Amino acid sequence: MADTGVLRREWEESFEEIFDGVIDEANPPTPLFQKAYDGAIIATSYAEILLNQAIRRYGPEHPVSYPDTGYFMPVITAYSGEQVTKLGELVPILNRLRNQIREELNFLNARLCGEATAYAAEIIEVLRYIDGENPHVAPWTGFLGDPIVRRYGILLVDWTIPGQAVLVGKAKSSEALGKIVTDLQSKGFMIFMSYEVIDQAIEAGCRLGIDFITFPTGNFTQVIHAVNYALRAGLAFGGITPGAREEQRDYQRRRVRAFVLHFGERDEVQVAAHFAAIFMGFPVLVDHELPEDEQIENWYISHPDYDTMVQVAMEVRGIKLKIVDIPVPFMVAPAFEGEAIRRRDMYLEFGGGRTSSFELVRMVSEDEIEDGKIEVIGPDIDEIEEGSAISAGLDIKIYGRKMQVDFEAVLERRIHDFINYGEGLWHTAQRDIAWYRVSKDCVAGGFKFRHYGDLLIAKFKDEFPAIVDRVQVKIYTDPEKVEENLKIAREVYAERDARLAGLTDESVEEFYSCKLCQSFAPNHVCIVTPERLGLCGAVSWLDGKASYEIDPNGPCEPVKKEGLIDEAKGIWESINEYVYLNSNRTIEECSMYSFIDRPMTSCGCFEAIMGIVPEVNGVMVTTREHGGMTPCGMSFSTLAGSVGGGVQTPGFMGHGRTFILSKKFISADGGLGRLVWLPKELKDWLGDDLNKSAEAQGLGENFADKIADETIGETAEEIMPFLEEKGHPALTMDPLM
Amino acid sequence: MADKAKKKKKDRNRSVDPAVLEILERTKDSGIETAYDRYLKMQPQCNYGEQGICCHICIQGPCRITRRADKGICGATAYTIVARNLVRHELGGCTAHADHGIHSTLLAREVVEGTVTDYKITDTKKLHALAERMDVSIEGKEDKEILKELVEIAIEDFNRLDGKDMYWLPKVIVPERTKKFQDCNILPSSIHRTIADAMAQTHVGMDADPVNLVFKSLEVSLADYAGEHIATSFSDVLFGTPEPVVSEANMGVLDEDYVNIAVHGHNPILSEMVVQAAREMKDEAQEAGAKGIKCAGICCTGNELLMRQGVPILTNYASQELAIMTGAVDAMVVDIQCIMPGIQPVAECYHTRIITTSPSVKIPGSYHLDFDESRAMEKAREVVEIAISAYKERNKEVVIPQVKHKVVAGFSTEALLDIFAAVNPDRPISVLTDAILSGELRGVCLLCGCNNLKRIHDENHIVIAQELAKNDVLLVSTGCAAQAYAKSGMLNWDAVEEYAGEGLKAFLSRLNEANKDKLVEKLPLVFHMGSCVDNSRAYDLMTYMAEELQMDTPKVPYAASAPEAMSEKAIAIGSWLVTLGLPTHVGVVPPIPGSQLVDGIALQIAHDVYGGYFIWETDPHKSAEKILEALDERTWKLKMHQKAKETYETETISATW
Repeated sequence: MADTGVLRREWEESFEEIFDGVIDEANPPTPLFQKAYDGAIIATSYAEILLNQAIRRYGPEHPVSYPDTGYFMPVITAYSGEQVTKLGELVPILNRLRNQIREELNFLNARLCGEATAYAAEIIEVLRYIDGENPHVAPWTGFLGDPIVRRYGILLVDWTIPGQAVLVGKAKSSEALGKIVTDLQSKGFMIFMSYEVIDQAIEAGCRLGIDFITFPTGNFTQVIHAVNYALRAGLAFGGITPGAREEQRDYQRRRVRAFVLHFGERDEVQVAAHFAAIFMGFPVLVDHELPEDEQIENWYISHPDYDTMVQVAMEVRGIKLKIVDIPVPFMVAPAFEGEAIRRRDMYLEFGGGRTSSFELVRMVSEDEIEDGKIEVIGPDIDEIEEGSAISAGLDIKIYGRKMQVDFEAVLERRIHDFINYGEGLWHTAQRDIAWYRVSKDCVAGGFKFRHYGDLLIAKFKDEFPAIVDRVQVKIYTDPEKVEENLKIAREVYAERDARLAGLTDESVEEFYSCKLCQSFAPNHVCIVTPERLGLCGAVSWLDGKASYEIDPNGPCEPVKKEGLIDEAKGIWESINEYVYLNSNRTIEECSMYSFIDRPMTSCGCFEAIMGIVPEVNGVMVTTREHGGMTPCGMSFSTLAGSVGGGVQTPGFMGHGRTFILSKKFISADGGLGRLVWLPKELKDWLGDDLNKSAEAQGLGENFADKIADETIGETAEEIMPFLEEKGHPALTMDPLM
Repeated sequence: MADKAKKKKKDRNRSVDPAVLEILERTKDSGIETAYDRYLKMQPQCNYGEQGICCHICIQGPCRITRRADKGICGATAYTIVARNLVRHELGGCTAHADHGIHSTLLAREVVEGTVTDYKITDTKKLHALAERMDVSIEGKEDKEILKELVEIAIEDFNRLDGKDMYWLPKVIVPERTKKFQDCNILPSSIHRTIADAMAQTHVGMDADPVNLVFKSLEVSLADYAGEHIATSFSDVLFGTPEPVVSEANMGVLDEDYVNIAVHGHNPILSEMVVQAAREMKDEAQEAGAKGIKCAGICCTGNELLMRQGVPILTNYASQELAIMTGAVDAMVVDIQCIMPGIQPVAECYHTRIITTSPSVKIPGSYHLDFDESRAMEKAREVVEIAISAYKERNKEVVIPQVKHKVVAGFSTEALLDIFAAVNPDRPISVLTDAILSGELRGVCLLCGCNNLKRIHDENHIVIAQELAKNDVLLVSTGCAAQAYAKSGMLNWDAVEEYAGEGLKAFLSRLNEANKDKLVEKLPLVFHMGSCVDNSRAYDLMTYMAEELQMDTPKVPYAASAPEAMSEKAIAIGSWLVTLGLPTHVGVVPPIPGSQLVDGIALQIAHDVYGGYFIWETDPHKSAEKILEALDERTWKLKMHQKAKETYETETISATW
């Protein structure tokens, strides 16, 4: 690493080619390079002062880490691979980076200054956490933990989220900034903010925070949290080896479609940080006129027109959006999915167990449907008093040449997402317990009930073009009609449940694969069975089937069950072969029902993860929502860091939350009776279903009460007395190992 | 040629003070040279020096950074040279205040030990309050015992060599600041150690890192602040904490029929005695044919005496020589700092005696009285005797410009809190912070610093204050800035009527009303808080505001301005204001822009790290706009953070600034 000559040669040969010929050698932007150089000096010198002062005060052995991450200091982990855990370890790293700040002013050196500044910022920032306290309050985020990277990282690298916009500085006005943020949000961007754009967004009433994929990280070097987020996406989902700087930058350039929008005056450190972005392949747009010698074509761009700033940034970064124009008086984007509507902001609600509600998707024949028709049966929203809880229901008819009855449930479950995409609309649960809320702002903006129909028709047609040809929607708000149709809906649910109950792994001829994550985790293959949903929790067997119908060349395809090798463990020759061929020939065998013997691999986006607790002869499950320690001695982040990336790790496995309720849940290893520990949140979420599954597996009544959680203990020793007292079955089962 | 001569002539009248202009006009052909003439002779001034890129730290130099030679002979770049010069400048300021502080401390020790008889503990209330702030128990202790402990703390803070953090400073700033300074390794261990280290660090071939040098300059500035705070504290204990007082200011305070003594410099230790001696020696003056003796002050000695004794202000720094040219000053007794050597040649044209008193301040041709605290009164009487004998030798026409204004001064932090307490006795400071939060006031601005003939004398001071007052900013002031306001009639209620915006007027009226039984005069437009070491008072006010608002100082809408900064002390003060969290305007560009890197740190990046930052702006109207912008930015952010707290239902408000 000390030999920068070698480094430079490597770079010139590969990733660095994207910068070739960019600079007009006759007129180089020397003043811009000078600023980057000055900024890198300031940043690294400041980092050095803070670091050595911290070492003086705490000692070189003092631990240093960000909260909730298995990636140490992600900038350092990603670029040079050191897994820093102690203060003293940072000294040689910082010295190495200081040493790459060179006085000669050129583009390459400016990018190296950028890289050095990123390291400096990472060091400056991590030291803010040295006392273990979070220095930020909401909506400011500071460092974003791995759970948040997992929550949105996949969407970022598979381009469901079209890109990452990093907003820095202070715009000409809060209103103008608010427009840009809203525009980006409606396009579904992930947004990072640093400096006064945050205060401006607050003033403009923008929706900020983790739920809106809009992260106000903080000021100054806190912008590095946009970088360490992106780099973790590369490490987690790209499977890029820590320290593979070249590969990492290539991945960032290809998969993380980020750009920087800089508002207002720039200082030296900010310019150096801009070059940290350019170093990763991300362009920078500045909102004011810059002299010629402070611009670099396609990389450092002066663009004062706010109206076209986002568009130009997208063009420069090569981001194209699938435009869906929905005729509704509110914005529709994934950014609003997490928006909560509190009672005081609510105009109206229905369902949720308090009033009657339903939502139903039914397949109909060609002549039973009038495409695009929306009817509201009963009073419309402007005839209902503010603050009311009414009864209501949505009846959606779908016709498609390739539609199947089995897809009804698949489509019906998406109502939840589609409604939540609407700004000012909120939805939870499903079927006859579905709960809807509409905000006051949304109603003030002109919302009528028919807009549920407009939204759903557009989204169903857009997302399922192969199976949805026509859609018709009836919205019932007349209480009598609601009750009448609720009855019909319940009959349909009952029929559907009866049909699904018969749907078992044994009753089908084929499973479905899911390779959706291979865009970022190239060696991982999910096999989805009727009784084992995808580990992300989002793909069921029926989803896989529907996906295949929609696009036979898409992420899911049928995998025949042929050549049974081990019935108990669920190993088939045909499945082994499929997995081997589709994991880039890395996974030779794979069992469906064991987490000990050749378990299925994990991409990194699993909802939950299980791990063996040998001391109690059982298994524990933790979730990405649970930040705390677990009885296997690792937190979710640490577990995820070692299990993800498409490798088999016997004794540990990622899975979907509801897999716990399946009778195929580690059935080869003893099944649900092995489960000794769960986070309380997951236990509550599973509710009585957990007891029902346990009873069905012959584990007796109230099995949930025998399972420990973090209130009982966080180590095997702590939970052992509890398990003994409750007579937990795992203690007397055959040894796991 | 004629045009040029005319322009030059016009340029010589670089002042907005009518008294000054009158003297300049009257003496234009006298051949007597003052700073106003020398300023013109000095043009053009060296550009390299102005930019801060002239280095003469070693005698291999001087080196200067040019397009052709972008480094000094040793290889020092512009950023090293500028940063190193900055440290050296601040050291000049810091040592001046340290000198002042140690002088006050040692005098306090002598009071404790009983080796001086002319000084005593005057203000026990302040002594006890100071002890409480320093966590020194007063239970069952004699006042001298308490003072002894405080003196020991101060002496240790001047001299400590064990590397531990200094004691005094963390006691008088909010804990968030202390943590910041500890994290950044700029909390001084002791004042003298910091001075010595910084001096060594800037020797040839030592530090080349601009950030490391700038951080050292900030450590020096904090040592400066500590020195000032110690000086103010012990001066208050020994001479009394100022309370509202009525007096007057400008040349018109001189009286032809009296023996006039100008007291000039920065320290109350000698001048307090001179004022006392003058009061006692009226008979001697009358024997010499005068009606009595009048003292009037110049620079911060003048401020110290105005604040505690109601002694009128004669003039400020730039026009010190002109006071002599009235022909009415019989003696000018000076102590330390800002004494122009030019006063002696001017005095030689008159009967005026210049009397230096400090072993570190001597001027060839002048009288020198080696001042000794143990014989303080005796020395003071000698001064008065010299003045009386000079009075008898008056040899020129006495022409005193008839310019003077009523002055209401004496606003120590304690006095201000006392005034606020009449509105809210439980939380006096909330009277101020509430007025800001409600929008009645746009914030607070400290107007401080010197005169600098690069600007028109007093113009920046006055225009900026008037603009800020019009925009409802509460103004506090010290040093020569405060004297500019005193001389121009801005330290009284008439000025409030004339210049204050509606919000400021309402705020001051409310205070007047609540204090009407206590105050003999209505409150002024600008609150005079004292001498330049008393900037510590102005910052104490900031600390109390931050404590009340429960936030670190960079969030508090409080700015500072040195409209006509000149001395190295001003550079040190400006730096601690920034380090302690204030946007700080300077009306004369200091020698920094020669390095874009150091300039960038001063103007922008300082804000990211410390919360304060500099604003260079020479035009007074634009200056006022920028100060208002800085205050509004803070108020706006505070509002946004408050909004965020409500929207996101967080327990505390964001600590970011």
